[in-house]
Amino acid sequence: MSPSKSPEDRAIEHTDALVVGAGHAGLAVSRFLGGAGIDHLVLERGEVGNSWRRERWDSLRLLTPNWLTRLPDHPYQGPDPDGYLTAREVADFIGGFAAASRAPVRTGTEVTSVRAVADGRGRDGYLVRTDQGEIRARSVVIASGACNVPVVPGFKDALPDSVRQLTPFDYTGPAALPEGGVLVVGGSATGVQLAAELRRSGRPVVLSTGEHVRLPRTYRGRDVLWWMQSSGVWDQRHDEVDDLERARALPSPQLVGTPERSTLDLNALIELGVEPVGRWAAVRDGRALFSGGLRNVCSLADLKMERLLDTFDEWARKYADDDLTDEPQRFAPTRVPASARLQLDLRGGEIQTVVWATGFRPDYRWLDVPVLDAKGRLRHVGGVVSDSPGLYAVGLPVLRRRKSTFIHGAEDDAREVVEHLAGYLAGRH
Amino acid sequence: MTTVTNGVNVQALLDAREVLKGAPEAAQFTWRASSTWRDGVHSTTTVQDFFGLGEERSHKTESVFEADHPEVFAAEDNGITPIEYLLVGLASCLTAGVASVAQNRGIQLRSVQAAVEGRHDIRGILGADSDVRNGFNDIKVTFTIDADASPQEIEALVAQSQKRSAVFDALTNPTDVTVEVA
Repeated sequence: MSPSKSPEDRAIEHTDALVVGAGHAGLAVSRFLGGAGIDHLVLERGEVGNSWRRERWDSLRLLTPNWLTRLPDHPYQGPDPDGYLTAREVADFIGGFAAASRAPVRTGTEVTSVRAVADGRGRDGYLVRTDQGEIRARSVVIASGACNVPVVPGFKDALPDSVRQLTPFDYTGPAALPEGGVLVVGGSATGVQLAAELRRSGRPVVLSTGEHVRLPRTYRGRDVLWWMQSSGVWDQRHDEVDDLERARALPSPQLVGTPERSTLDLNALIELGVEPVGRWAAVRDGRALFSGGLRNVCSLADLKMERLLDTFDEWARKYADDDLTDEPQRFAPTRVPASARLQLDLRGGEIQTVVWATGFRPDYRWLDVPVLDAKGRLRHVGGVVSDSPGLYAVGLPVLRRRKSTFIHGAEDDAREVVEHLAGYLAGRH
Repeated sequence: MTTVTNGVNVQALLDAREVLKGAPEAAQFTWRASSTWRDGVHSTTTVQDFFGLGEERSHKTESVFEADHPEVFAAEDNGITPIEYLLVGLASCLTAGVASVAQNRGIQLRSVQAAVEGRHDIRGILGADSDVRNGFNDIKVTFTIDADASPQEIEALVAQSQKRSAVFDALTNPTDVTVEVA
């Protein structure tokens, strides 16, 4: 032991790369770090695949079909390639990957702080505090997820106390809700899935939606995500996307993974008896006020879907194999009600529960490095946090490609982020 | 290179967008109107000054708007009804949006017409039925557009113009309005 080391330096553990989070993205990074022979550790506050085990509702399945669900050298190998894994199965799939890649995961270890430190000998890095002690890391990869905290509008406080409010983190299934009407807020995959499930439980359901992404579950006989994958739309890179900020803020597509492979767009919900209303804009005197722009957001979604299907068809004309026999199809426009309600009295008893499917954000409270923008988003270019050398991120929307947040999207991103990280450790940049 | 000439300086707008991303305070505008009662339900409103990009500014000339009510309202009809000014605002805002979006997308416009209809149950303002609102029941805008574009592209122009329209937003979403006595 060198006498020049400080007492603090002597006591704590060192690693070259520290990965925060043992979800699919963090473990994919670990796999490539291991492959590159880089000494590293993966810290996990709970268990491997924790959010899939603890922060998802009971009926949730992946949006991606099983044949597409894969991590580096770890494809789905079960009996149902066209099915969709349940949240529990996803957690087990990720657990299997961690075991197969012998990832150096330390579970039950919560990171409480990461800050940049200089050791005065030209070896800068990060001091990582955890509830199990401190670690010095030359580099840190943030893989703690994009959906740590539900985002709920500020006017939630103006709702009458008689209305129960839930986020998807509190929601397990319809049985957990009181009887009576439900107002589901948000037209993302979460919003449409919960609205459908609650409507099927017999409750009256109103769905408030702003801009949303409409997709059919299958197109010309194939899963729509087969098209996203095959046509290359999903591989579109962060530096090729027209409006990256918009792409990163897009709500998840209106999809659900069910054995029937059924479409769950607004038309399907209207068929079930769900009442669509515009974006929830404000609460005034105990009344919810909805935007009168529902027709416009539906027409934007219809047009964007058509444009995407045009892209698929064009690709198919050029490249698709002869197996693709089904002809191009087009879907009926969204059947927007002739007069959607603009307000709803929340004191009248019609609505007993409000479910906020209004999105999620990452939790960076533990990150004591000034790399967040004014809106609290991490400033990065393709996962490289340039303002703080040695700091990286994975698993964020359109991190390096459109597919970044999907399970199979982790591989390419993780490989490239690790390439950069290896270069950094080697002093190349 | 685009050779489209709809007369919108899209580059200036795109440049402004980039600059204002980093300078939100400069993006704060205040629009003003000043109104004087004439007689009966007739008033005259003038508009010239506004605040924006950090300083007081002025239109080149003052605009004057007469507002009154038609004779069926037992008024003198010295100008259009106040609620009709909302239709003026909506039509002109959406039309400006169509032109800007078309320019940005390289679509040459030849003609753009908008017919706007606001359906209004006046029992609300008369206090004849407390269940009827004062404002429009609904508004319908019908665009007739001649342009070098497919019907789908024209639909998309019109949809995008609503998405970025100040007046569309002001009419479709609630706004906090304070009215006080000086």
